[in-house]
Amino acid sequence: MTTRRPAREVLDDVVDPEIPVLTIADLGVLREVREVGGRVEVTITPTYSGCPAMDVIRTDIEVALHAAGYPDVTVRTVLAPAWTTDWMSTAGRQKLAAYGIAPPATSGSGPVLLELGVCCPQCHSADTRRQSRCGSTACKSLWVCNGCSEPFDHFRAI
Amino acid sequence: MRIEPGGPAVAVYALRLGDDALIVAQQLGKWAARAPELAEDVALTNIGLDLLGQARILLSYAGELIGGLTEDDLAFLRDERAFLNCQLVEQPNGDFAATIARQLLFSAYQYELYDALQSSADPTLAAVAGKAVKEVAYHRDHATQWTLRLGDGTPKSTRRMQAGVDALWPYAAELFESDALLADLVAVGVAPDPAQLRSGWAGYLTPVLSAATMTPPASEWAPTGGRSGLHTEGFGFLLAEMQYLHRSHPGASW
Repeated sequence: MTTRRPAREVLDDVVDPEIPVLTIADLGVLREVREVGGRVEVTITPTYSGCPAMDVIRTDIEVALHAAGYPDVTVRTVLAPAWTTDWMSTAGRQKLAAYGIAPPATSGSGPVLLELGVCCPQCHSADTRRQSRCGSTACKSLWVCNGCSEPFDHFRAI
Repeated sequence: MRIEPGGPAVAVYALRLGDDALIVAQQLGKWAARAPELAEDVALTNIGLDLLGQARILLSYAGELIGGLTEDDLAFLRDERAFLNCQLVEQPNGDFAATIARQLLFSAYQYELYDALQSSADPTLAAVAGKAVKEVAYHRDHATQWTLRLGDGTPKSTRRMQAGVDALWPYAAELFESDALLADLVAVGVAPDPAQLRSGWAGYLTPVLSAATMTPPASEWAPTGGRSGLHTEGFGFLLAEMQYLHRSHPGASW
């Protein structure tokens, strides 16, 4: 019998389908991995209630674990505690910025967060303006840099 | 009917909340490619997507409590009289100002509701609310920004924004009504008392309308009935459009 990679390590290869530089662990979507006997139980949580990537993520987890030699996989989705951008790892924030998406500020308390001082991920200028509160996906807003005139996405703090 | 967390009364309550979210999501989807600017196309449909996500979770939960029903069964195979959404959400989109007025009144209500529901004795509803309240804070802010811009804008935009609020305001009364089912759920700590949500709702809206140079209408008329399956004229057409594909092609999947 060949040695299987630990299930948790296998899941480091599973990325967000919309933002493929981030693994689901970087994003904070992966909550728990339990190996009981030959079974693997994976717990994930959605970023937004309507996030359409969740179905793909669920399938990708199953496919990755099956390929790594785990035939019996259960993926559970939990809502509580509610996901927050604070769960995004430091490595994740750095990868996001390098990919051209301004990472979220760590959120304070309070339901509506001010989005001040978002730095341009391309030229690092702090002189930016929000073009639209909704961007290419529910979790991002669209900004424009006054320094280099380039548009960029910003991952909204929630 | 047993009144307890996870019991059949909770299923009806989850249906009411889920139907509200589902119908607004359907309404907002109609703005795709029709909003005044591209950014608004994206904004309104993204808000709709959040609401659809909330609806999916709530309807799935209701289906599970009822036993053996899926979110799709509940969304696509019920007729008008079985839908328990409030009448406010089914009011026609109208012009952009009317849609914004509906969003303002509804998201301000949903915010108060979910905020209170976070401490529900029903753990699933509490979890849904804890997630949704953060999304709805964005929806409410979106509607607020447009209300200020249109209400305190040109004479034409002021007139249309006020007309939207005037037309929809009477339908908000239903949001704060109680009935036997709600009274029981309030008593066991599953649901917040709707009447108690009203002061927070009004407390949010009053300064917004005032800053938008608008006046809340003094309406005595308070239509009701949505929670018991009575709906307004446009609702059947809305359902026909929403349910057509699923009913014509049973079991169809992407």
